[in-house]
Amino acid sequence: MYNFEFEKPSSIADAVAALGDEDATALGGGQTLLPTMKQRLASPTKVVSLLGISEMQGICTGDDGALCIGGATNHAAVAAGASAYPGLAALAGGIGDPAVRARGTIGGSLANNDPAACYPAAALGSGATIVTNAREIAADDYFQGMFTTALNEGEIITEVRFPVPEASNYQKFEQPASRFALVGVFVAKFSDGVRVAVTGASEEGVHRWTAAEEALSANFSADAVPAAPGADGMIADLHGTAAYRAHLVAVLTKRAVAAAG
Amino acid sequence: MPKDHGIGASPKRREDIRFLSGTGNYTDDMNVNGQAYVHFLRSDVAHGRIKSINLDAASAMPGVVKIFTGADFEGVGGIPCGWEVTDKHGNAMQEPAHPVLAQGKVRYVGDQIAAVVAESVEQARDAAEAIEVDIEELPAVVDMASALVDGSTKVHDDLTSNLCYDWGFVEENKPAVEAAFAEAAHVTTLELRNNRLVANPMEPRVAIGDFERASGNSTLFTTSQNPHVIRLLMGAFVLGIPEHKLRVVAPDVGGGFGTKIFHYAEEAFCTFAAKALNRAVKWTSTRSEAFISDAHGRDHVTTIQLALDADNNFTALRTDTMANMGAYLSTFAPSVPTWLHGTLMAGNYKTPLIYVNVKAVFTNTVPVDAYRGAGRPEATYQLERVVDKAAMELGVDPIALRRQNFITEFPYATPVAVEYDTGDYHATMDVLEKMADLSGFEARRKESEARGKLRGLGINCYIEACGIAPSNLVGQLGARAGLYESATVRVNATGGLVVMTGSHSHGQGHETAFPQVIAEMIGIDESMVEIEHGDTDKAPMGMGTYGSRSLAVGGSAMVRATEKIIAKTKKIAAHLMEAAEADIELKDGTFSVAGTDKSVAWGDVTLAAYVPHNYPLEDIEPGLEETAFYDPANFTYPSGAYACEVEVDPDTGKVTIEAFNAADDFGNVVNPMIVDGQVHGGIGQGIGQALLENAAYDENGQLLSASYMDYAMPRASDVPFYGVDHSCQTPCTHNPLGVKGCGEAGAIGSPPAVVNAVVNALRSGGHDIHHIDMPVSPSRVWQAMNG
Ligand SMILES: Cc1cc2nc3c(=O)[nH]c(=O)nc-3n(C[C@H](O)[C@H](O)[C@H](O)COP(=O)(O)OP(=O)(O)OC[C@H]3O[C@@H](n4cnc5c(N)ncnc54)[C@H](O)[C@@H]3O)c2cc1C
Repeated sequence: MYNFEFEKPSSIADAVAALGDEDATALGGGQTLLPTMKQRLASPTKVVSLLGISEMQGICTGDDGALCIGGATNHAAVAAGASAYPGLAALAGGIGDPAVRARGTIGGSLANNDPAACYPAAALGSGATIVTNAREIAADDYFQGMFTTALNEGEIITEVRFPVPEASNYQKFEQPASRFALVGVFVAKFSDGVRVAVTGASEEGVHRWTAAEEALSANFSADAVPAAPGADGMIADLHGTAAYRAHLVAVLTKRAVAAAG
Repeated sequence: MPKDHGIGASPKRREDIRFLSGTGNYTDDMNVNGQAYVHFLRSDVAHGRIKSINLDAASAMPGVVKIFTGADFEGVGGIPCGWEVTDKHGNAMQEPAHPVLAQGKVRYVGDQIAAVVAESVEQARDAAEAIEVDIEELPAVVDMASALVDGSTKVHDDLTSNLCYDWGFVEENKPAVEAAFAEAAHVTTLELRNNRLVANPMEPRVAIGDFERASGNSTLFTTSQNPHVIRLLMGAFVLGIPEHKLRVVAPDVGGGFGTKIFHYAEEAFCTFAAKALNRAVKWTSTRSEAFISDAHGRDHVTTIQLALDADNNFTALRTDTMANMGAYLSTFAPSVPTWLHGTLMAGNYKTPLIYVNVKAVFTNTVPVDAYRGAGRPEATYQLERVVDKAAMELGVDPIALRRQNFITEFPYATPVAVEYDTGDYHATMDVLEKMADLSGFEARRKESEARGKLRGLGINCYIEACGIAPSNLVGQLGARAGLYESATVRVNATGGLVVMTGSHSHGQGHETAFPQVIAEMIGIDESMVEIEHGDTDKAPMGMGTYGSRSLAVGGSAMVRATEKIIAKTKKIAAHLMEAAEADIELKDGTFSVAGTDKSVAWGDVTLAAYVPHNYPLEDIEPGLEETAFYDPANFTYPSGAYACEVEVDPDTGKVTIEAFNAADDFGNVVNPMIVDGQVHGGIGQGIGQALLENAAYDENGQLLSASYMDYAMPRASDVPFYGVDHSCQTPCTHNPLGVKGCGEAGAIGSPPAVVNAVVNALRSGGHDIHHIDMPVSPSRVWQAMNG
């Protein structure tokens, strides 16, 4: 690790100001950033912890019924506290291990947008709104490919608002080593249609499987899930071919629909 | 009733108190006053010519003490190889130089280019980044078959090719084997790969070199399984320091699994630099470094063929293997695919004719050496897979085919040069059939099928060879070391004992099990016996712990030394009781005179040895301390039968292990609980190899699975509760304890059981497949099911 300055502001405004410096980086739970720094792959000159900002912590229900989660809320808190949205709570409870869940945050996960991460599937699958210090971003506009998002330099995710579906489920097929999603599928059934978001599979990062959404919006049953998508553009690596990942997308979508009930 | 003390009892491991309470003393816990820290600049290309190294900027960085490169090691010895294999033409293997720091070329990702010694680890790392190295990248030699093609890029320019040796065993058998194949009623052929593994002990390697100018003595603290071997190899061959000027200490070691047997460049560097700088130098490997600098294991590519007659008797076996050596020869690397592998090819079967060919190959990858089982898992895997495939092809029951071909008479001389002293393979199979409820398998399969899952049963038998010996024979086979073990038993005046053993415990529980043996021999409480190990200044020259040798060889040395002690104490007791020595009996810690009520306690006799007022000084010396060196007459041959039951999810290819049962014959058992633990750990690692672990290189020689993000280790949730049984005991005939060794059995016996089970499951689902290479990952299983 290289030397860096450390700040732990207690308000969003102070955090934004601290992040104004060139090469300053926000720190959530540190589950991605700290290992990267230890390996000397990241060298921020200043690290600004967001964990001292109380308005970025916790879970509540908005006037419109959406579940609002503070940007610095950790996975364990969501697993325990998002009972209004069981599909989301279960997803949070399946991330990493207890130590990771006690540290890692929803804001950090969405900002990082790892192509194998779980939260991006929930946010995109729910049609969530990513609230930052500056604006509100629809999930459909937020995710822009592996490790790429609509966030600007120094912009902080302060809150994530999840519309609560009638039924939902997340199916994660674990990559054997990292236990991130080799493929993960989040299915959410709303009164006006079904959303299906896929993580882990595509070179483009998290994405919606629109063919399945259409079919399931017409008939929400596992049998209605279309044949597996094409393997083109799917990730191929040590842990699975592109064809295998494409196949899993369909299998997991069926399972998610069946489990969502 | 199980015993509550002595041989056969299961006292809890006394060393666990410190391991579980954070009070162990590992090498990284140790610090020497004024120590500096070293960081190794490692190659990030697999193969390249070093054109220049510019240290100017780096040397000026804060905290830098000195930066060393290969140039500083000219005239210093290289890392030696401890085993010379002779090829099938009678020529010595090709043995490349192995410099402490790279000279001229880098040969794998991880090869040490320079070593920065600084006041702190972070300063050393900072300075390493400022070193300017100009490397001309060369094509990487990764695939073994391509490495052997004429005109391939050479890993070592001064060798004639990338072939280390072409070994034939037993070469004289070859024509007879060929003839048997020509006459066979059935031949089963199987091609397979034994996947490359990273050992991953929980504790990464650490070395601290220290030097005392006043005495000129060097000390190396290191994470080693055999400190005396390191002292000899490093002292004699690398640095030219005689043993009396060099102390090697391996304190608590957090797992070895083979990879801490070897003498590594980092150890030699720290010892060398401490003397050069007159200052202690410490190195602690990071986990990332461990992946690219600890010797890897396995990595064989094999074609095996089994010939059978019309009655399904095995008539001949032949096998061709390419064994990856990596870029340099690690300490025992050449012996693993040869003498630890070819000699085991008979397995549990009376196949009369066997021929083994092994080509050892240099590649631009991390050196490969012994890993839990070392050669024996590779032998067992191919043999038990081909037997299973033969059963499949012939449509016969795999257990029946095995039983039909079992060796039943002992001693049994195999056609691959070893003689099994004892065993009862039908008995272990009987135990297994019962404990694994094999007759209930079909019902369980139906129940799985009702849930949409494919269930498979995999059977495996193994034979293991532990305690490699005797020294004069292994010398003929090319070992550059002896393979005895030593023990010094020091009895204190008040009767307590300290045993200094050349064996080394890095998780095996010697501190608990060894005292059980001695306490039983004397009839005293185990708490009166303490084990010391891991310090060359304390224990006599010993060979350390690997190859499941500690109890069979180290324990035997301890028994011999204790026998000497008992003989002497009987003389003293005879004197004290004014009786004839021949009439003295020792039982429950009391000496008595046969046929009388005269007795004297152990403690009174030991006290007399040190306070020799009433003592036969004219006949025997005072004091009570004896040393023994034990050189075994033969290997020991544990064996067993394993059964694995898996479920395969046909939608995803995911394999789950539903049941795993192991019936082992380890001969006599000293501490059944510790043996259970050794078997559990071995099976866990074997399941890891079978389902999860894979050190994979890309064509440029980059390790793709160089962290836990991609290298899959088994976790508790990946394994079931094991059934473990070692009630079948055919004691070893040639060591005093009748013990055989249990440390590697699980890792040897489990991978074929798992793969056999997966293949069996898929076939039950109508998939016409015969083999899937390890690791049997979900993706590979799905691929196999979907052509
Ligand atoms: C062993 C292990 C297993 C894991 N398994 C899983 C898994 O199964 N599934 C899964 O989805 N994830 C997994 N993770 C990832 C983990 O859950 C975290 O979600 C992830 O590391 C990022 O969250 P964090 O709070 O730790 O962010 P940090 O590491 O602190 O930061 C990550 C990045 O996000 C930025 N950032 C942090 N917070 C904000 C914010 N509020 N606004 C804007 N930018 C911000 C930082 O600047 C940094 O660039 C695993 C991690 C580990 C270490």
